[in-house]
Amino acid sequence: MARYAMVIDTKRCVGCHACVITCYMENNVPEGFTRDWIVEVVEGEFPDLRSEIRTERCNHCENPPCVFVCPCGASYKDKDTGIVLVHHDKCSGCKACIAACPYDARFINPIGYADKCTFCDHRVKLGKTTACAQTCPTSAINFGNLDDPASKLHKLMNGRIVKTMKPEAGTGPNIFYLL
Amino acid sequence: MSVRIKRRSFIKIAGMAAAGAGVATGIGGKILEAAVRNTTGSDKIKSVATFCELCFWKCGMIAKVQNGRIIKLEGNPKHPLSNGMLCPRGNGATGLTYDPDRIKTPLMRVNKRGGDEFREASWDEALDYITENMLNIKEKHGPDCLALFNHGYGASFIKHLLKAYGTHNVAAPSYAQCRGPREVGFELTFGEGIGSPERTDIANTRMLVLIGSHLGENMHNTQVQEFAEAIGNGAKIVVVDPRYSTAAGKADWYLPIKPGTDLALLLAWIHVIINEELYDKEYINNYAYGFEQLKAHVQDYSPEQAWIITGIKPELIRATAREMGHQKPAVLVHPGRHVTWYGDDTQRTRAIAILSALLGSWGRKGGYFYGSSVDVPKVHSPKYPKPTRTRADLQLKDYPLASSTLASGLCEATFAAPQAACDLKGWFIYGTNLIWSLPKPEQTIAALQKLEFVAVSEVLPAEIAGWADVILPDATFLERYDDLHMPTWRDPFISLRQPVIEPMYDSRPPWWVAKQLAKRLSLDEYFPWDTIEDYFHKRLDPIGVDWEKLKKDGVAVYPDEPLYFKDGVIPEFGTDTGKIELYSTSLASYGHDPLPKWTDHGNPPEGYYRLLFGRQPHHTFGRTTNNRVLNRVKDENEIWVNRHVAAEWGLMHGKEVILKNQDGVVSTPVKVKVTERIRNDCVFIAHGFGHTARGLSNKKGASDSFLVTRYKTDPIMGGTGMNVNFVTFVV
Repeated sequence: MARYAMVIDTKRCVGCHACVITCYMENNVPEGFTRDWIVEVVEGEFPDLRSEIRTERCNHCENPPCVFVCPCGASYKDKDTGIVLVHHDKCSGCKACIAACPYDARFINPIGYADKCTFCDHRVKLGKTTACAQTCPTSAINFGNLDDPASKLHKLMNGRIVKTMKPEAGTGPNIFYLL
Repeated sequence: MSVRIKRRSFIKIAGMAAAGAGVATGIGGKILEAAVRNTTGSDKIKSVATFCELCFWKCGMIAKVQNGRIIKLEGNPKHPLSNGMLCPRGNGATGLTYDPDRIKTPLMRVNKRGGDEFREASWDEALDYITENMLNIKEKHGPDCLALFNHGYGASFIKHLLKAYGTHNVAAPSYAQCRGPREVGFELTFGEGIGSPERTDIANTRMLVLIGSHLGENMHNTQVQEFAEAIGNGAKIVVVDPRYSTAAGKADWYLPIKPGTDLALLLAWIHVIINEELYDKEYINNYAYGFEQLKAHVQDYSPEQAWIITGIKPELIRATAREMGHQKPAVLVHPGRHVTWYGDDTQRTRAIAILSALLGSWGRKGGYFYGSSVDVPKVHSPKYPKPTRTRADLQLKDYPLASSTLASGLCEATFAAPQAACDLKGWFIYGTNLIWSLPKPEQTIAALQKLEFVAVSEVLPAEIAGWADVILPDATFLERYDDLHMPTWRDPFISLRQPVIEPMYDSRPPWWVAKQLAKRLSLDEYFPWDTIEDYFHKRLDPIGVDWEKLKKDGVAVYPDEPLYFKDGVIPEFGTDTGKIELYSTSLASYGHDPLPKWTDHGNPPEGYYRLLFGRQPHHTFGRTTNNRVLNRVKDENEIWVNRHVAAEWGLMHGKEVILKNQDGVVSTPVKVKVTERIRNDCVFIAHGFGHTARGLSNKKGASDSFLVTRYKTDPIMGGTGMNVNFVTFVV
């Protein structure tokens, strides 16, 4: 059993999109779609501004609405890893999951199934980290197992303000942003 | 013989070291060698280590190849410049190799030059044509009437060829149009330049001052890694920029400076640091020359005076200066990279160097480290013929303090040749889109029209290719060997570029082109080896580097220290006084200001805004704007306009607008980014978009290059300050 998660340091992130482009390559993401993206929020009036840059993707929720609404049993949360995945062959492409996801993390792959971030489960199985965490030049993206008390994720969150996206949705996101 | 390390530390360097010298000699190759044979029919993924060329940082990468196609590029964990990570461009570098717009065969011009009409040709025809023209120029005018413009590591063997042929008119725009003033500013102060990769100890700094550097948008991999490290370590960060950059969002102090006034701010900082005795007294007493002159000089530059000029409040100037004083010597006042702004750029970078000296950060942890490089012996070949005439760029006006050839100077010399001793008759252009990289495109075009011969070697049909008589289809860096890379860095290393796949279409690597031309020009003796691998063996075997291991790892690292001045060791500096020259004796002797003075660069005319340009993280100027992988993120640029300015002009966010500069030159339509993140007296645009070349698919956005119709020449080293143009909106 594991609970894979990401801790993303918004202070380190420069929004360079290395994570986005490496994901295209690693996961052969079809053109016109993306599994991860950059959000840049700037507030205030010049020159008194504040900014936050973060990389977003599927939150691999503890209570994933996409799984609950799936009429085909295609979307599932892997018991061993906690990673939310889609059985391509079971998916009918009905888009219920797309509507249910509060994070807009899913799209229909032109091949005909709901697609999104997989936490690079094919790499994780081999003991590797995700492609985005691997390439991130600022080491803003950190991937690990929250159930492991020795995981660096705990250390990274220690003493920092931590937020998740749309906590009010009750989804229990597994991506934690350090502010 | 074992590997020798070239230590730059603590060694007096006689005179001004010439940058960019020393092209390795001798290559060979009858057939194209490829490290990886086509793996068609096999699902097996093969890994090949090489180094990147999407920008010029040269990060080590591991290419994954499946069925003969590169499917992924990853950072090489063993490589000191990538540490296993890649920037967005490196990640998307296959977009260059697999660009369908690539030049696929040699091309010969039909009809008039610049008409952009070509026919396909064989390599033999193209190379024979070049040979004939090179011999013709040599015979009729002398070999130094041929100039080589180049950019990128692929040029090394072409440079060697052209020098062997007998010209010293070899230049890259990365000097006079980019880093040159910084090199000279630091050479004048510390006796040596910064070099690339920059020897900035960002990872260990306690305070990072960015004045004209937009790290994070400028994605030089290791620097950004270290920038994040500094943020993680809680380093204090000051960002000085008319635009609220990505880095400004990370800053403890953001100073929204009026463009063109940075030197006034630097002098005010120096004023505070000296007058409040915040400088490193021991360091200055021991190592520096001219402190008293400097002290007297900066009395005129109080924070109050700087406030009027820069718009930065005196208390902010004092607070940041005091923090530098507290954090010294682990303060890095970043020297910037593209520093050709206003024509007084050497003086501005001198002020950065002087400030760094006062803080004692040169040669200290968290400031500027002293790197070393691996001394790989060159392959023996004859000496280059001695040029008989003055370098063409120096004929019209001499810049004795310039440490490299000026690309802009070669262009000017071509254009304004009648009175010159050496009239350039031919240009060989490798990997640089001169129409864009030199200021004042109409001058470049006028020069091109004067020439007898223009050869271009390019991967993509960029604007410059349209002006060629003959075009050579260059192999991309993923398809070729280039020379070994041994930069000065913390731990010195040897890095290998090797082909991941065989060259696509009828493209060929530059080493092969150089070797072929050498044969035709009877310069064989300069290329005394049969295969490129023989060449590497010849260089590496004598020092005991294991070729097979280097091919496998892509890099061989030789840990070395020290990085910083050691207690008790008195460093010597390669200046005339052997000290850090706060007061420059060289500048004084050449009749320039020995201490930097602020000069007024004026205000935009009514209704105009200063045109500032820079980078965005997923592109390297015009080189990548056709890259279909990178363009998935962004395939156009935007003009950043302050919210109030936009309201005044009725500009809408996301709508297109046409820009017009002070000389009436108009841009292609470009989308407006209405933002709080920029001052109201300037606009900003990412450099590189708005292509007009017929063969490039992506023409979106606007080109700042076409709007840079004016420039101000640096009187010290001939750099071209390009931030002197103003634009308005055509509505």
